[in-house]
Amino acid sequence: MYLPSGDKRMIVTPGLALRVAILGGIALVLFGIIFFRLWYLQVLSGDKYLAEANDNRVRQVKVEAPRGQIVDRNGTVLVDNRTALAVQVMPDKLATDSVRRARETRRLAEVLGVRPGALRRKIRHDWKAVPFSPVTLKTDVPLDTVFYLQENQTRFPGVEVERIFLRKYPHHTLGAHLFGTLGEVTQQQLKESRYNGVQLGDRVGQSGIEYEYDRYLRGRNGASRIQVDALGRPKGELSVRPPKPGKQLRLSIDFGVQKAGQDALASSGKPGGFVAMDPRDGEILGLGSNPSYDPNVFAKGVSESVYKRLQDPNNGAPLADRAIQGLYPTGSTFKLITATAALQSGLLTPSTVLFDGGSLNVGGISFRNAGGASYGALALPRALQVSSDVFFYRVGLMADQRGGDIIQKWARRLGIGRPTGIDLPGEVAGLVPSPAWRNRLFRKHLTDRPWTPGDNINFAVGQGDLQADPLQMAVAYSAIANGGKVVTPHVGMRVEDSDGRVLQEIAPGPKRRLGISSVTRDAIMSGLRAAANDPGGTSEPVFRGFPITVAGKTGTAQRGAQGDQSWYVVMAPYNDPRIVVAVTIERGGFGAEAAAPAARKILAAYFGIKGKKANGTAGNAPN
Amino acid sequence: MQQHRDTPFGTGVQPFSEPRVRIFRLDLLLLLATLGLIGFSLVTLDAATADATASAHFYATRQGIYAVVGLILMIAIASIDYSRFRELKTALYLTMMGLILMVLALGGVTRGSRRWFELPFFRFQPSELGKVLLVLALSAFVLDRLRYMNDRQTTSRIMLLALAPTLLVMAQPDLGTGIIYVNIALALMFVAGTKWTHFAALMGVAAAAATIVLVIAPAVGMPVLKGYQKDRLTAFLHKNNADPRSQGYQLNQAQTAIGSGRKTGRGEKSSQTRLGFLPESHTDFIFAVVGERFGFVGAAIVLSLYALLIWRSLRILTIAKNLYGALLAAGIGAMLMTQVFVNVGGNVGIMPITGIPLPLMSYGGSSVIVTLIALGILQSVYVQAREAAAGKSESLA
Repeated sequence: MYLPSGDKRMIVTPGLALRVAILGGIALVLFGIIFFRLWYLQVLSGDKYLAEANDNRVRQVKVEAPRGQIVDRNGTVLVDNRTALAVQVMPDKLATDSVRRARETRRLAEVLGVRPGALRRKIRHDWKAVPFSPVTLKTDVPLDTVFYLQENQTRFPGVEVERIFLRKYPHHTLGAHLFGTLGEVTQQQLKESRYNGVQLGDRVGQSGIEYEYDRYLRGRNGASRIQVDALGRPKGELSVRPPKPGKQLRLSIDFGVQKAGQDALASSGKPGGFVAMDPRDGEILGLGSNPSYDPNVFAKGVSESVYKRLQDPNNGAPLADRAIQGLYPTGSTFKLITATAALQSGLLTPSTVLFDGGSLNVGGISFRNAGGASYGALALPRALQVSSDVFFYRVGLMADQRGGDIIQKWARRLGIGRPTGIDLPGEVAGLVPSPAWRNRLFRKHLTDRPWTPGDNINFAVGQGDLQADPLQMAVAYSAIANGGKVVTPHVGMRVEDSDGRVLQEIAPGPKRRLGISSVTRDAIMSGLRAAANDPGGTSEPVFRGFPITVAGKTGTAQRGAQGDQSWYVVMAPYNDPRIVVAVTIERGGFGAEAAAPAARKILAAYFGIKGKKANGTAGNAPN
Repeated sequence: MQQHRDTPFGTGVQPFSEPRVRIFRLDLLLLLATLGLIGFSLVTLDAATADATASAHFYATRQGIYAVVGLILMIAIASIDYSRFRELKTALYLTMMGLILMVLALGGVTRGSRRWFELPFFRFQPSELGKVLLVLALSAFVLDRLRYMNDRQTTSRIMLLALAPTLLVMAQPDLGTGIIYVNIALALMFVAGTKWTHFAALMGVAAAAATIVLVIAPAVGMPVLKGYQKDRLTAFLHKNNADPRSQGYQLNQAQTAIGSGRKTGRGEKSSQTRLGFLPESHTDFIFAVVGERFGFVGAAIVLSLYALLIWRSLRILTIAKNLYGALLAAGIGAMLMTQVFVNVGGNVGIMPITGIPLPLMSYGGSSVIVTLIALGILQSVYVQAREAAAGKSESLA
């Protein structure tokens, strides 16, 4: 027996010892072989392999992913891509000695038309961030420059031309204020989680929709790793990651409505803004500002002088989006809010009659109707129809006497004086003036007087310190139109793949629900319907002959030296509003003069009304 | 938690009031080699994957967690008597076969192989655990036939028991693990005393099988090996292939990496690793990373630590308190030896690449934890041997 069996204590027999020794011997031999092989590779041939390793270099070439298209609600392409040529340089192929290197970069800067210092800084910075990768010096380089560089390749070492994607706006000024611009991602942004997966040199949305929906629109860049030898000659491709194009964004914008709005404002020739929105869910159908600009100038990076001109107030500041950033008193369009506050707080009933004798004297100051009119005894619907200022002065005075900031509270509830939450960056809050606000300013000596009843009287008709933008007014009117829902306005509607399949619906719910009684709603709606349809209504002349019954309110805000701000906010159709349009035009005069005709054109576009009925008589011959 | 256990001599009942002081002694040299390799693995992994897009220390952190789990299991197993596993041989063998069959039916696929299950924290690779289960079960089966070691039947039965799981893992396909299974069986039979003539016969059968698989089957149009397996088997013979996706190219890059490390390594300048010329630098080619980064010195230290492991397993084999322990030590030693030689041999270009992980060094939860479990068994054999010896001398005194 070679071994004792079972669990008994084991005894190492000579046979076992031999076999273990053989196992050990095998192990020894195998280890010996590996040691000798290592000795050969590392000690005897190490220098040769080191030279081989140093000859191995990799270049990572970015394969840019095209950004997703932006289309309107019907699929019309609003923002597209085009390919352009970009000049890049491989920094490791520039001369190593500083004098020659400076000469090379200076020569290159001259050809590209950029400052040599800026070019050198960019090369140094990007090389440090992503070594072994080409640095993009200029995008959208004209073809003749590219040819020049390629013909003189020896004088421009390391220079390469790459195909890249730039944004294209086929409809030029249309929707310019919505889309926003792209720009290279900043160091600060790279640290934010919303830019996960973005690398230095990538361009991301920096404003507007491009910023807001960047994570959907930007694709994922591909990369190709190429092995090159010490002279930069490609030896083979190590790996490829194909680019993933960005997703398509469908906006709730209606191309026709957007165009009608921008055209109407442009034809007025004055600065202004408009919003067209679905009052049921806050989908923006059109949103624009005049003057506009062509975003194509931003596609490849804009020069400083052009940028300055686009911001210049003397030029109308085309970059400003007056629909969400314009801060104006709203004039009589505010009466809807005053009426809501008065009815909901029990200050008035729809049949409460107040007397309009043409003026109201409070504290020695006489508050008059516009145009010296006087409407006699009237109740709220009629007061809205003819836009009696004295009626609402009285409401403002009553509210001030009652105390508790009734109108201010309802204004804020309806969305005035705070951001609406629209999916566009840069929205402003505005201001709802209140006793506490003015008295605080007075205590700090920032204003000459404390709050007086006159402030509330002015506030009740949308004059004085009130500051609101068309979007806020559209949201407030929508809340009445839909029976009390304060919607979250939004421009984005759906994220889709490139074939139009829905990946994600964008439907932010309402911000809050206000308990607005049907009595309140009916009184206001009938007043606004009469204003646009019945004889004596403020916008009746404008909407004469319009085939759809609308309910709208004019507004004329006094801005002192700035002239009268023309306002119009309208809901249509009257019995079940599907669209709310708010228009404001700086120095436009009376609401019925400038803003209401523009609103009519927008509604005509929305309802597909063409010809004479679309523009109406007032549009053709302003009174 | 040590339970009541038969002592070799005496009643086996300890006086309650005066518990015998049991000094729980692990084999310190074995432990030293284990910890040294784990430490080397963490440092090397961190360096190899520093430029990966995942968070900076992803691989090293995960490997560290696996190692801690494995070390806890190792100590737990070292503290129980391995002899109990002998009674469980059938259950262990069936578990192994069940797991391997299950992964063939349900497992996930990487690069055309079906090798693992997706678990919440890592990919569990049953064929790895199978190595230890095979050692435990097959040793017991060998022991049962100990009186008939000279029978041809014994040799063929044991070979069949080993070949069943071998063929199944080769079907995954995982050629490397199959080789380990066969080597475990051969080592167990060798130590148990199978006749030399039987080994010679086995060699003849193996040679015939290889001829059929490599020459005759492809010639008649029934290839057994997949294309990439044949590439791997033959790649080390022609390394100067210029296509970066080919095996030959990758082997060439691994060799360049190791060679460029020279005597003391390139440290932070390890461009072969950093620029991604080394494929799979955290798994199959981790030894090449060691070679480039730490040079001949580093590679020699790692190899010495493995030599220490092998030596300790052979040493434990000879001191085991019973034959089951000796066979376990032989099986585990053969397993480690095969893995080290095949993996490192592949890295230095003297063996085909078979995708076997380098024990404790390569990244991977299954491999690290299973290797530590195996080392726990080895420690258990050692601890039991020491205690038996201590008990004996005590009673003699």
